[in-house]
Amino acid sequence: MAFSGLDIYKLLPKTNCRKCGFPTCLAFAMQLAKKAVSVEKCPEITAAAKAALEASAQPPIKLITVGEGEQKLEIGNENVLFRHEEKFFHPAGVGIIINDAASDEEIKNRVEHVNKLSFERIGQQISVNLIAVRQAGSDKARFEAVVKKVAELTKLGIVLISADAASLKAAAAHIAKRKPIIHAANKENYQELAAAAKELSLPLVVKADTLEELSELIPAVNSAGANDLILQTGDKPVNKKIWDLTQIRRMPLKKNNRVFGYPSLTVIKSNDTYEQVIEACDYILKYTGIVLLEGFEAYQILPILTLRQNIYTDPQKPLQVEPKAYPIGQVNENSPVLITTNFSLSYYTVLGEVEASKIPAFLISVDTEGMSVLTAWAAEKFTPDKINESIKKFGIPEKVKHKNIVIPGYVAVMSGDLEEKSGYRIIVGPREAAGIPSFLKNIQKAG
Amino acid sequence: MPLELIKEKWSNKIDVVTIGATKAEGGTRSKAIKVGGETGLPYLLEESEMPHKPVIAMEIFDVAPDDWPDTLKDPYGEVLNNPLEWAMKCENEFKADLLTIRLSGIHPDAQNRSEEDTVKLINEITAKVKLPLIILGCGDDAKDNLILPRCAEITKGERCLIGDAVQKNYKTIVAACLAYGHSIIAESPIDINIAKQLNILISEMGLPQERIVINPTVGALGYGMEYAYSIMERARIAAFGGDKMLSQPFICFVGQEAWRAKEAKAKISEFPEWGNEKERGILWEAVTASAFLQAGADILIMRHPKAIEIVKKHIEELIKN
Ligand code: SF4
Repeated sequence: MAFSGLDIYKLLPKTNCRKCGFPTCLAFAMQLAKKAVSVEKCPEITAAAKAALEASAQPPIKLITVGEGEQKLEIGNENVLFRHEEKFFHPAGVGIIINDAASDEEIKNRVEHVNKLSFERIGQQISVNLIAVRQAGSDKARFEAVVKKVAELTKLGIVLISADAASLKAAAAHIAKRKPIIHAANKENYQELAAAAKELSLPLVVKADTLEELSELIPAVNSAGANDLILQTGDKPVNKKIWDLTQIRRMPLKKNNRVFGYPSLTVIKSNDTYEQVIEACDYILKYTGIVLLEGFEAYQILPILTLRQNIYTDPQKPLQVEPKAYPIGQVNENSPVLITTNFSLSYYTVLGEVEASKIPAFLISVDTEGMSVLTAWAAEKFTPDKINESIKKFGIPEKVKHKNIVIPGYVAVMSGDLEEKSGYRIIVGPREAAGIPSFLKNIQKAG
Repeated sequence: MPLELIKEKWSNKIDVVTIGATKAEGGTRSKAIKVGGETGLPYLLEESEMPHKPVIAMEIFDVAPDDWPDTLKDPYGEVLNNPLEWAMKCENEFKADLLTIRLSGIHPDAQNRSEEDTVKLINEITAKVKLPLIILGCGDDAKDNLILPRCAEITKGERCLIGDAVQKNYKTIVAACLAYGHSIIAESPIDINIAKQLNILISEMGLPQERIVINPTVGALGYGMEYAYSIMERARIAAFGGDKMLSQPFICFVGQEAWRAKEAKAKISEFPEWGNEKERGILWEAVTASAFLQAGADILIMRHPKAIEIVKKHIEELIKN
């Protein structure tokens, strides 16, 4: 939690000695609160006060980085419990678990499949982030070999899962520059794993059955030298898990509890086709920083990644596209002209259907400040004047020689007004984007 | 030092709404279903109570739907053309908690089905099917105002849930619910202020708060789900903080939205990279539903029997103690 100027003032020597370059300690405190100066400028401050100030400048939930390069994943550093209060900042990592007991062939196929679990939705690429290699037995050499192989086959982040500290250390050392996650330190092995995590500067999962046990284990792991932590509680029914995740988010944010100031991780136990997907989605909604599951089918992963995209969207700033006239396909001067808003979801939904129709068309995204058709219409951001202005501004009179404009079915009521203002003939399109292909085919026939 | 968890204690709770009346209660339903009563945010059972678990209503139509993909039609087969048999299948084979009858066919732009046909259908269903009922109009104000009061009249005493009432058209439906002992669905366009305003208007006509459920207008996964999700969270926080005019259970039209999504409908041949269409469609609906459970949904209106089965099972897991 950030300190106010007065909070800081209380920690300063209050001597007004001016060594910092400010006339008074209070003036210095005010600048510190605004982060306009560094605490180092005051030579007189006590070590304890300095430590308190530095701690207060840290975010309540630490940002943890996994993996490297383009596939780098950042989790944690969240500020709120409810997305409407601000937004959720760092989308949860989604990872697929691969067992080292599978055959080399299977492992290769699986990794190659997971590498491709990436989809384009409303102009963004949504992808799986992690592959977790889980040691099935206690064959250290096998685990090391599989980890090395997987690291070669993928650019995704890697999670090393084993109950054997020696296997984890050996595997982590092989691929340390890939910044894998070590999973997991418990009360038996934490000394050894914390030392390894420190030495290789890798993130470490700290795992205990209950929050109480975690509250004792985390400081012990910190003392053993590991400070990039990810927290996990034991297997339990979904609601109990949600309770744990909620507490791990609440304690740092609402009580400034620094022990729990780390992101969390969940591993899905169920291997039921459907259940594991629903469970993973629950945990993403309820604050998990990473979720690992065995399911890898596209029909399982697409809904999970879509849900994550939805929930991490900034509620204050809807996704938008640039307002302009987009030519779709090989347009010419006879191509139909369709109107929509610059709300990404509206635009990409219409775009998908126009493409599916295989009929080239101009698609105009009117600047509605990212509002959807109906919302924008209600808020008077999608008016005949606005649409008319866009038609002219984006050069439709020069681009086509016909005088027809298609508007969304939901705003049919504005046809007359828009017709008068624009001088174009207004054709009312379907209400739902799904109706666009047949609609376009019909107007093409009518020609 | 023992760990100090943070437990939220709220001052207000969600109203309990009862749907369906048994013989003893003056109706003919096999059971009465209660929803609502939560004293805190969903499934945090260490700090709050959920006396009534969320329920799923299966949805049938007076005319066969023409925009359902095969994966959704398959489990129903022939009965899609026969609303009475369809309703019976929901009760007997799929063991639905409640039945939603959607009168899409009365819309003037659809089949423009008559009052007589609708009355006959509702009478038949009420006689043969014993589930608590939700009856929905078609969205055309004039036609709904003509037919919904008739439906309310012939189901007098069955304690149905009737909707939707909207800000510009609520009086006739409220009056019918008042006259014949039903409850109402109050619909607002993803807007917490309109939701509240409509509840006030309905209450002012004399319908008690515990006979109102809120339809916050949800979107499907990938199609604006997060807007309704956050509106529901905000409304719940306001309700638990003491706002009685937002303290009603939520009803979410999950099936209607989820099955419009391309990801739910498209064949594998169109998007091979999306995987099997059957499982994909089921999951699209089930994930949409379970997301709204996490935002506080009390009644889910759903379509695919497998998606319903999955979500039902998940609800049991969510309330396990
Ligand atoms: S140097 Fe430190 S003690 Fe001296 S005036 Fe500045 S803040 Fe105060």
